[in-house]
Amino acid sequence: MTGRAGEPILEVDHLVKHFPIKAGILFDHQIGAVQAVDDVSFTVNRGETLGLVGESGCGKSTLARTILQLIEPTSGSVRFEGNEITGLKSGKLRSLRPRMQMIFQDPYASLNPRKRVAQIVGDPMRLHGIVSRDGTHDAVRELLERVGLNPEHYNRFPHEFSGGQRQRIGIARALSLNPKLIIADEPVSALDVSIQAQIINLLEDLQGEFGLTYVFVAHDLGVVRHVADRIAVMYLGKIVEIGPADEVYANPIHPYTLSLLSAVPIPDPRANAARKQIVLEGDVPSPANPPPACRFHTRCPFATEICSTEEPPLIDHGKDHFAACHHPLDREGRPRDKGRAPAPA
Amino acid sequence: MSDAPLLQMEDLRVHFDTDEGIVKAVDGVSLVVNRGEMLGIVGESGSGKSVANMTILGLTRASNASISGRISFEGKELTTMEGEELRAIRGNEISMIFQDPLSSLHPFYKVGRQLVEAVRVHQDVSKEAALARSIELLGLVGIPDPERRVGEYPHEFSGGMRQRVMIAMALTNDPKLLIADEPTTALDVTTQAQILKLIERLRQEFGMAVIMITHDLGVVAEVADRVMVMYAGRGVESGTLEQVFYDPQHPYTWGLLGSLTRIDRPRTARLAQIAGQPPSLISLPEGCHFRNRCPHSFAKCTSTPPLEQRGGEPGHTDRCWLDPERKQALRVVSTGEFGLEAA
Repeated sequence: MTGRAGEPILEVDHLVKHFPIKAGILFDHQIGAVQAVDDVSFTVNRGETLGLVGESGCGKSTLARTILQLIEPTSGSVRFEGNEITGLKSGKLRSLRPRMQMIFQDPYASLNPRKRVAQIVGDPMRLHGIVSRDGTHDAVRELLERVGLNPEHYNRFPHEFSGGQRQRIGIARALSLNPKLIIADEPVSALDVSIQAQIINLLEDLQGEFGLTYVFVAHDLGVVRHVADRIAVMYLGKIVEIGPADEVYANPIHPYTLSLLSAVPIPDPRANAARKQIVLEGDVPSPANPPPACRFHTRCPFATEICSTEEPPLIDHGKDHFAACHHPLDREGRPRDKGRAPAPA
Repeated sequence: MSDAPLLQMEDLRVHFDTDEGIVKAVDGVSLVVNRGEMLGIVGESGSGKSVANMTILGLTRASNASISGRISFEGKELTTMEGEELRAIRGNEISMIFQDPLSSLHPFYKVGRQLVEAVRVHQDVSKEAALARSIELLGLVGIPDPERRVGEYPHEFSGGMRQRVMIAMALTNDPKLLIADEPTTALDVTTQAQILKLIERLRQEFGMAVIMITHDLGVVAEVADRVMVMYAGRGVESGTLEQVFYDPQHPYTWGLLGSLTRIDRPRTARLAQIAGQPPSLISLPEGCHFRNRCPHSFAKCTSTPPLEQRGGEPGHTDRCWLDPERKQALRVVSTGEFGLEAA
């Protein structure tokens, strides 16, 4: 199964993950649900990078884990290379696992402190029969070298490495199984700026070399700007906008995307002072009790009555750019239906 | 009000004696904070930015610490000040807010009680008056319905609201200097924007000076008047916002500016990166601490360059031995705008 670039590798369709909230002393009963991921659909094409952005609690990490079946979805479908993977038995799933790997945020918690690098990177390869017992040593050394680590450090423990180096070990581990899809959940947010650039460059080099497809989950919009071909913006468990990265950054359609982008300080004093900023009021509502209809309407500067009564569908605004909003914005960041929507206060 | 600086730090060194060796967390930091201004201190983890600022308040006086240098606040020496005298300044004339607002608030006590305590430590007022002041402060930092919220516990507040409570607590006694140590790092960008706006507004209302410690050059660009860049225990460059961002003198600053991802620019093919890792604070390289990672280092870098005006305008200082003209040339030929990669 060697698909061509541009074909969908991952198709997510109406995916839902609700975590039950339970109460009771002897007998649990469900009293509600945290709607972490609610009816999310998108596709990722072979060889591209999809950036998944949103604030904490918007469900982006849950979505990443639900795609990989690390968390069982409540409903919906995930197709990987054309095959449905939700509801698969563990044995079948295990044979698919090597093709979809994950890189985690915390390079400290995601490596077993009692195992040596040789085991962390080599064991998965042996278990999946990718290399023989005798070949493991050379394969690990080769991988370590490829991710910029000294192959002599083969026998060291994770605590002997710095944060950036540990993240390289995590990358080597993910690569060891020749994956097609890598989901990276905040892979650089625990790292210092100068180390971030090293890891981002490494991930980009590896993508070209191994023909990888990335789903890159991050809250840092600058980092995502740099790596992503397409961007999906999440708010309270829903995708509110998705499209080509250049399009979404230059012409955001959903007011949430606009305010999120405008909130990022630009590390350039003149450009920073010149930018128009929309400061949102209040906090993100609880995903256990999200606002009805458009979930952003409680904080949206352009909200009208329809926003609290009718849920806006994710519709195509041209150039493969989709947004779910009753009052889509024009290129100047104003609602296109200026007549009906009130001006922002 | 005089023209003398509010706070002056001279050649501060804070070394900790550990089993592995002497950790030189701060190794010669000098800085000046003027009345009412916002000084941004940027640096990566381990650059000494937090330790230097905690030392201002005497928070690093552990038994294994050796502190040298001078910190003068309105003419009073802080490094040797003790007991009641120091307590009268801490939380009163100088206050501090931290990165993690949840671990800075006591989980067992209502927010109001903690605020009342902060007021009554420094002011001789009744509990009722202190509570009224607390409610007023919560309102001032933008917490809706302060009369009700004052009776709630920290866990009932969101991250951004907790940071507002911390700011309210820091403001109880009308400080002349607020030290904000990564106050928005744990927060989402939209909340960060709210908190930065709040700090900026309060700085103007209260006329206080602020030291904003951060790893994010975007935050500095947003709020600071002047910047100091720190690396491995030292200030390597210091100047106004415009000077440091548009005429950076130190190769480490070039590297930082070059490695940034920006949302307002089309994506670049590749990020400029700084090679290698920051040095261990136990075995720092002799001379310039950055020389092992610097593609432009030469023989002279094994001796320590002082922080002084070199190629920059007046008020713009750096610690790099490179000839100013050569710096100009290197900066232009490097990849990226101010990228560090050797030509």
